[in-house]
Amino acid sequence: METYTLIVLLLAATIRVATPLLLAALAGMFSERSGVIALGLEGMMLGAAFTSASVAAVSGSAWLGLGAGVATGMALALLLAFACVTHRGNQVVAGMALNIMVAGLGPALALAWFDLGGQTPQLEGPGQRFLALTWPWAAAADKVPFPGRLYSQLLSGHNLIVYLAAVLVPLSAWLLYRTRFGLRLRAVGENPSAVDTAGISVTRLRYQAVLISGVLCGVAGTYLSTAASAGFVRDMTAGKGYLALAALIFGKWKPYPTLGACLLFAFTDALATRLQGVDLPLVGVIPVQFILALPYVLTVLLLAGFVGTAVPPAAIGVPYAKEK
Amino acid sequence: MISSRLLGVLLVSLGAVTLTPAADFKPAIVYDFGGKFDRSFNQSASVGAEKFRQDTGIAFREFEITNAAQREQIMTQLAKRGSSIIVAVGFTQASAVERVARQFPDVKFTIIDAVVDLPNVQSINFREQESSFLCGMAAALASKTGKVGFVGGMDIPLIRKFALGYAEGAKYVNPNIEVFQNMTGTTPAAWGDPTKGAELAKSQFGRGADVVFHAAGATGIGVMQAAQDAGLLSIGCDSNQDYLHPGSVLTSAVKRVDVAVYKAFQDAKAGTWKGGQLVLGLAESGVDYSYDEYNRTVLTPAMKQRLDQARADIVSGRLKVSEYRAQ
Repeated sequence: METYTLIVLLLAATIRVATPLLLAALAGMFSERSGVIALGLEGMMLGAAFTSASVAAVSGSAWLGLGAGVATGMALALLLAFACVTHRGNQVVAGMALNIMVAGLGPALALAWFDLGGQTPQLEGPGQRFLALTWPWAAAADKVPFPGRLYSQLLSGHNLIVYLAAVLVPLSAWLLYRTRFGLRLRAVGENPSAVDTAGISVTRLRYQAVLISGVLCGVAGTYLSTAASAGFVRDMTAGKGYLALAALIFGKWKPYPTLGACLLFAFTDALATRLQGVDLPLVGVIPVQFILALPYVLTVLLLAGFVGTAVPPAAIGVPYAKEK
Repeated sequence: MISSRLLGVLLVSLGAVTLTPAADFKPAIVYDFGGKFDRSFNQSASVGAEKFRQDTGIAFREFEITNAAQREQIMTQLAKRGSSIIVAVGFTQASAVERVARQFPDVKFTIIDAVVDLPNVQSINFREQESSFLCGMAAALASKTGKVGFVGGMDIPLIRKFALGYAEGAKYVNPNIEVFQNMTGTTPAAWGDPTKGAELAKSQFGRGADVVFHAAGATGIGVMQAAQDAGLLSIGCDSNQDYLHPGSVLTSAVKRVDVAVYKAFQDAKAGTWKGGQLVLGLAESGVDYSYDEYNRTVLTPAMKQRLDQARADIVSGRLKVSEYRAQ
């Protein structure tokens, strides 16, 4: 009984931690499937986290914050596409440059606007944040451990963006595999010359893909600063963009396996926070350093041993130059 | 107020012309990870420096560390530019202070939360276990579930000291109480990760805790936010954080870093500054628990009475609190 509740709570935490990862990984999927390396996920997320928190603090509306976050994600994506697609710049360098730029720009602007040492004001008022939604009859269902508590703790009680992320997985799969746009997107990442020969603009498709990734990163950033916490702080993405990239590779650039990878990473993370200082049967208390290293150890093991060969889109990282 | 500050500015500018010693007084402060506005440890230090500026009209130089390589660089630079005293906030600055203080034996250094054994270094430490003990008592008195939580920042002896004092205090009130302990990480990044802090707090609430104490700098902002969101209680750290979420913050383990910084600046200015070690506890008013208009609704008079009794007992030596590093 006690263990059962703990497991349900652990799974609920997994969902919370997985949400920004999943959004960023899906963002990366669109970008990389079109042939543009998605190293700028971290920067786009961080930029969106900053603007959404700022706008939510000033306007008092989380929705306006979300709008600003998405707009920022798109603006940064445009910048990235301009460098990588239009000017055929090195995609790794451009992505890293974006990350470094945003890491400095966010705190600098926050310092200038709010004078709070690179943070944004704490979001407190009603409507400034995306708060947990309680589904109907959750309190009543909580009294019945099975399956009531699964409903009240696991399904209910998350914020809107979590549910949005969940819906986006099948939506992305549909877009990628069931629509003409998806077919062209996948084709342009494998063989851009063929797409070009068919009379479809490679540049346009790649711009679209990178913009979609900007939108998704915008939502992910908004989640971090206005839903999971209450304001922007320096480096608050804490490497989630890179972890999302690892999840994407682990998921072989496919929507559902990527979802699985994100959930696995999030699960190890949630498990790590819960295993600290817990007296386990047989082994006793595990040292905190080991627990904290666990998600990374697992990531390395999984990527090294179990993923098999991950074949990236053939044209990834190669800027397309139209033959004259 | 304005006129006195104006007077101060005038005096300084006057001093600059006549080169009196007061004008040469150039204090500096270097904050640690988490930043000047962490609403906790570093902010307390900045409050002290700011008070000095207001009282004397003397400006100070300040720097926020954002990566480890900056420490020695900035301290060397501050020393070279003729700073009279450099206050280094935080234990991670110890090695940088040691190296730079050796190079500049004429510059005064004050380090908070660490010991550097040099004649021109003043090391100020606090007996955090004593205030943590009182906060542990408060947590146990306020807890309805008999389970309380602790979220630490970086896993270091200093934070273990908080944790041990807290657990002892809780057990002093209720010997059967369960205390959950979590550390955010093992690198300085653990001082600035509110998302992780909130997640850790939620995990403790999930296990039944209804009061959580943080000693985690800016990470603690997330811890306190999570307690507020869940309608439970949190305990602040270093600065008085009762105002952050009135009615949800039970009390704060206040550490008077502001007083230490202010005194170091004032003493250095007056010429009474001395190197060596200072340890401040309840008896010296270096640490305490907070009680103000923001937490009056949650910290009842009955609780306050118990806490004040324990404080008197600790000061008089009748009640002993263990020191983690002595174990």
